[in-house]
Amino acid sequence: MMKTELGPPAAGGNPDAGALAIEARGLVKRFDGVTAVDGVDLEVPAGSIFGVLGPNGAGKTTTLRMLLGIIDPDEGVRRTLGHERPHQIAHRIGYLPEERGLYPAMKAVEAIAFLAHLRGVPLREGRRRAQTLLEEHGLGYAAERQIRHLSKGMAQQVQLLGTLIHEPELVVLDEPFAGLDALNQGKLEATIRRLAEQGTTVLFSTHVIAHAERLCERIAIIAAGKVPFTGLVAEARDRLPQQVRLELAQAEGPWRAALPADARREGAVWHFSVPPGGVEPLLRALIEGEAGILSLSIERPGLHDAFVAIAGEAAAKALADEKEAP
Amino acid sequence: MIRMLRSAWVIARRDFVAVIFSKTFLFFLLGPLFPVIVGALAGGIGAQVANSVDNPVIGLAMRAEDGARIERAAAALAEPLPGRVPKFRTVDGSDPQAALNDRAEPLVAVLRGSLDAPELVGPPDQLARWQGPVALIAAQARGGLRAPPVAVATRAVRTSSGSEVQARVVTAQAAQFALFLLTMLLAGMVLSNMVEEKGNKIIEVLAAAIPLDALFLGKLFAMLAVSLVGIAVWVSVGGAVVAIGAQALPALPAPAVGWPLFAALALIYFAMAYLLLGSLFLAIGSLATTVREVQTLSMPVTMMQVLVFFLASATVAQTGKPLELAAAAFPLSSPFAMVARAAQDPALWPHLAALAWQALWVALIIRVGARVFRRSVMKSGPARGRKRWRRTRAVGEVAGNLATQTLPGAAP
Repeated sequence: MMKTELGPPAAGGNPDAGALAIEARGLVKRFDGVTAVDGVDLEVPAGSIFGVLGPNGAGKTTTLRMLLGIIDPDEGVRRTLGHERPHQIAHRIGYLPEERGLYPAMKAVEAIAFLAHLRGVPLREGRRRAQTLLEEHGLGYAAERQIRHLSKGMAQQVQLLGTLIHEPELVVLDEPFAGLDALNQGKLEATIRRLAEQGTTVLFSTHVIAHAERLCERIAIIAAGKVPFTGLVAEARDRLPQQVRLELAQAEGPWRAALPADARREGAVWHFSVPPGGVEPLLRALIEGEAGILSLSIERPGLHDAFVAIAGEAAAKALADEKEAP
Repeated sequence: MIRMLRSAWVIARRDFVAVIFSKTFLFFLLGPLFPVIVGALAGGIGAQVANSVDNPVIGLAMRAEDGARIERAAAALAEPLPGRVPKFRTVDGSDPQAALNDRAEPLVAVLRGSLDAPELVGPPDQLARWQGPVALIAAQARGGLRAPPVAVATRAVRTSSGSEVQARVVTAQAAQFALFLLTMLLAGMVLSNMVEEKGNKIIEVLAAAIPLDALFLGKLFAMLAVSLVGIAVWVSVGGAVVAIGAQALPALPAPAVGWPLFAALALIYFAMAYLLLGSLFLAIGSLATTVREVQTLSMPVTMMQVLVFFLASATVAQTGKPLELAAAAFPLSSPFAMVARAAQDPALWPHLAALAWQALWVALIIRVGARVFRRSVMKSGPARGRKRWRRTRAVGEVAGNLATQTLPGAAP
């Protein structure tokens, strides 16, 4: 039975440290009978950097849109900054959609001021802030240029500034690193860290795991519209057993029988999960069998490996369910 | 509600400024020139309308015997001379001007005297038009084409209700045509604005920040404001042209409710027609993702609007008849039918009733349009029939891609 109720909101709808900036239970969204999101549960602590990871078409964007109130879920409930109707507190939220868009004929400073105006900042004040932000980010020279005359990267930066100009408590970024070069990806990571240091909650989606691994404490993995994992990055990595990397001088020998069943060889190197009884019995067998141990290391799986395993399993299950469905 | 209105204002302001300072607006301003040129080449709207008005009636104020012969002669000539023979109705000949002023049963002229010495009384333009046909009818009444020709005397009076009605038809049809042209121009602009917005991908930014209903309303009213600017420009230019070359241009006959009230009513009916059609087109724009889709989706509505225009055109000069009442009651044709009525009928209460009725429909269609807009504008993806297959394939691809990656725990 899916739980679709939320606990009491934080006092005044303004979560302090330890409270949740976003809480969702059993979110379901269907389009023309196709279930895009199927029972998503999420808890995003206030002031944290939270990553939503998933392959393309997993339901990340639809989930974010529901959390922001752009679309309503068919089932389930969500509470964003303490409000069950997130659209009513749009002025406290910044959102950078996956498909970036600005009016091509607008000047950069006007575009940012317009985005601020949409979120309740007066136009005059918006222009002043926009000019300051552009200068702080080294784009002051482009303030009076039309968006159509900016490079793609610059236009993305302008839109990001427009997302942040009203100093939101919650920033939601949908695939923010897409289309950025390495330099700008680094800048964006720094911006996200700075926002979190200032107490802003940052929720971003990505299918590039490295960003999440560097930035996030907590993540949710979405695959085929479901959330097979949500929690600490460390917990995701702990889902997989530690991996042994063993380099041997001998290719074959009686010691071969001591290797675990999942062991696979790449040249002289064997890879396998740490056996349930540990590596000591194996080491004894290798020494007694004169396998010639050249090196041995025990490695903790990365988030990428955990993601591939978790999302792959969920996607495979969804495929099986699709095939079984009439 | 305040937030909604404030958000709608932000959108309307942006759209208004963006359109007014765009090249599109210049083309919009030039838009009405083309039909005016075409109309002028085709002989002028007034001439066309005058020819299209059927069944003018001439009052018959003769002895009963002569009158009966005139009517028989007219009936006999009606078939070989279609459209050239007027109808006759017996009237009191003692006061031809009073008969001509009767608005209940409008006459273009009065024929009095005898068959030997008929006299046609009416406004000069009607006398010029009917003197010949009446002479022919009188000759036929006296003994057919073998009889000697009859000279029809004429006496000009200031005006007649019949000629006034005929003249006001010109005003009615001109107003209908202008209304139709404007609404179609604007609805097209609303549609392309919406598609451009989706193409710019900014729609999601807007949808995240403000209620979609506000976005809908803002866009709708921005274009209304743009059109009012356009109308102001056209009226100014038109006024200047008329002032400079008034002698060369045929002035439109004064509408029944008078020019000031007619102008106000025409403006309100235009706003109603635009809001009804604009909200439909905006909803259509939200359903489409490409210009081609827009063209496909908007075609039925465009065709329907043309049919509505034809319906409304057919009701001109039929004030109070069932067809006109039906056109006034049908929401999409109501503004067109009522603007024509304002040109021809001085009564004001039907306009109050019609405006209330149209306002109700405007509210309803905006509501429904906004709902469709809300449901459609953030929806993307393949057509319904292919969705399941694509979804299955997509999930399969994801599973396949992930499974083929080197998993640390995978078997050799």
